[in-house]
Amino acid sequence: MNLDFDFAAEQPKLLQLLLGVVAFCAVVALLLLLLDRVPMRRRPWPVVTILLAPALLLLTIGLIVPAVRTTLLSFMSGDGASWVGLDNYIWMFTQPEAVTVLRNTLIWVALVPVVVTAVGLLYAVLVDRSRFESLAKSLVFLPMAISFVGAGIIWKFVYAYRPEESDQIGLLNQIVVAFGGTPQQWLLEPPLNTLFLIVVMVWIQAGFATVVLSAAIKGIPAEIVEAARLDGASPVQMFFRVTLPSIRSAVLVVLVTQSIGTLKLFDIVRTMTGGQFDTSVIANEMYNQAFRYGETGKGAALAVFLFVLVTPIVVYQIRQQREAAR
Amino acid sequence: MTTVSPAVTAVRSDARGTAHRVRKRLSGRAASAAAIVIAVLWTTPTFGLFLSSLRPEDQIKTTGWWTFFSDPQLTLENYQEVLFSTSSSSGRMASFLINSIVITIPSVLFPLAFAAFAAYALAWVPFRGRNWVYIGIFALQVVPLQMALVPLLSFFSEGVSVFGAQLLPAWELEGPARFAQVWFAHTCFALPLGVFLLHNFMSELPGELVEAARVDGATHGVIFRRLILPLVAPALATFGIFQFLWVWNDLLVALIFAGGTPDSAPMTVRLAQMAGTRGNEWQRLTAGAFVSLVVPLIVFLSMQRYFVRGLLAGSVKG
Repeated sequence: MNLDFDFAAEQPKLLQLLLGVVAFCAVVALLLLLLDRVPMRRRPWPVVTILLAPALLLLTIGLIVPAVRTTLLSFMSGDGASWVGLDNYIWMFTQPEAVTVLRNTLIWVALVPVVVTAVGLLYAVLVDRSRFESLAKSLVFLPMAISFVGAGIIWKFVYAYRPEESDQIGLLNQIVVAFGGTPQQWLLEPPLNTLFLIVVMVWIQAGFATVVLSAAIKGIPAEIVEAARLDGASPVQMFFRVTLPSIRSAVLVVLVTQSIGTLKLFDIVRTMTGGQFDTSVIANEMYNQAFRYGETGKGAALAVFLFVLVTPIVVYQIRQQREAAR
Repeated sequence: MTTVSPAVTAVRSDARGTAHRVRKRLSGRAASAAAIVIAVLWTTPTFGLFLSSLRPEDQIKTTGWWTFFSDPQLTLENYQEVLFSTSSSSGRMASFLINSIVITIPSVLFPLAFAAFAAYALAWVPFRGRNWVYIGIFALQVVPLQMALVPLLSFFSEGVSVFGAQLLPAWELEGPARFAQVWFAHTCFALPLGVFLLHNFMSELPGELVEAARVDGATHGVIFRRLILPLVAPALATFGIFQFLWVWNDLLVALIFAGGTPDSAPMTVRLAQMAGTRGNEWQRLTAGAFVSLVVPLIVFLSMQRYFVRGLLAGSVKG
């Protein structure tokens, strides 16, 4: 093994980091200096310009203009040279490989939010006011800190396959073999492989649901719980008649945020299957079309479709937040 | 309430006696068992990966990690190789680890500062059209990253030209200077959520405080630095952690703006490459994955309080 790693070769990067941090300090210092020079009793515009200009400039260059350009690109050919009308959208809804992508995304959005919420709610109720509550919640919450790529590798290892005659190294196949089954290549067989990818997303996100729902459960007024208990409600009745109605809005928050996250999902599919074997989803296909096949138009159309799908959900979420704030 | 209710419960439940109590304890046990099953299911995969990363290469490839318990053998060789080996097939993960750090630090600092400035203006400087600007920034949360990628990349590589006239030149960044592209992209994408979060916290501060400072003749600079920033420090921490985890764990933005070479790509990009082309080199994958997990886990565990607070504020970026 050759271990002569060249640390000197990494120095330019650290220099660049230093440059970045110095630039940051300089920009902030300049803005604060300008801010101090502006007298208070005048009109607000100088102050507003100093404070808002950096953010608005970056948003314009980084989001607003690109979003408009992407929308235009979605009506153009792959090289962006000629207008093709709705061709890219027609491709998206008619060609088998694109329709598979849309179908997979639909399966993801139908399953992930519901399963994540169910698991999170169940766990939150089960560990509520138990002795090890905070430890128990931390354990399930930890995957939230892990990258989707890392989680993808963790689960690829769980799904690892070895031929029947040799020892299994993947946990799932080992369990299957222990019960007398034959080992499977879990990620290669559609349509079930999409479900095995969905398991990874649920594993990552359940902790989020647990934390949000657990906080909501703790917020239920003690009098209500006490009254139900005095009336002799069973645990199941308690859950469906008292707990669930009281935390309705938190459940909605979880469902909504999970739907948005799932629609944009990219990393898990990319890491675990690369979108092969009929597992691709919109965000992954968008990347492939735009950045690997040079089909900018098709990629842009997929991005616009993603935007159209996400918008109503986000608008709904914003409304909920505003109501909650009131 | 607390003194009365146990007494009442005692009287009531007396009627149904011990049967009720037994059933309750049983359901308590079933609940604990179910909770333990979930907790085990959730931790085992990570534990398996961690244990495997410490096992010798030939063992990882031929036996499951659970055989460790009957035949315990540990080694740090996988970590040495994946981090420091210079052969092209190995991880060279140390390079990518440095890239991750170089990408992440400015990508957290810049949006934090710009979002704080903007949020202060929107919360405490009255001007015409303020609500509309706020709603506009807020609404940008709707735009998925995917909408911005292609044009932003061409902005870096070709500059801006309108009808053939070059308005802005291409950035043409080479080598380590490419990091600036990634910082720029992450900063842009982080601002809508950042402004929203910080504005929420800032606007809840009592108005009398700011008013009193104004009467005393403080400028906006002084109010912002001495009064507002210290008071919203927890919110800054919350957004900082969100952004840190987001950037450190990001794959999509890095793939497009940092490329795939050891010059500038972060660990996530390298791991995704290794999972694809060397999907069976588990000794490198397990050790490499664990290296990338350790940093966010430490940050997360030490600042979990702020993270949870942010989640409960209903803010999740996607």
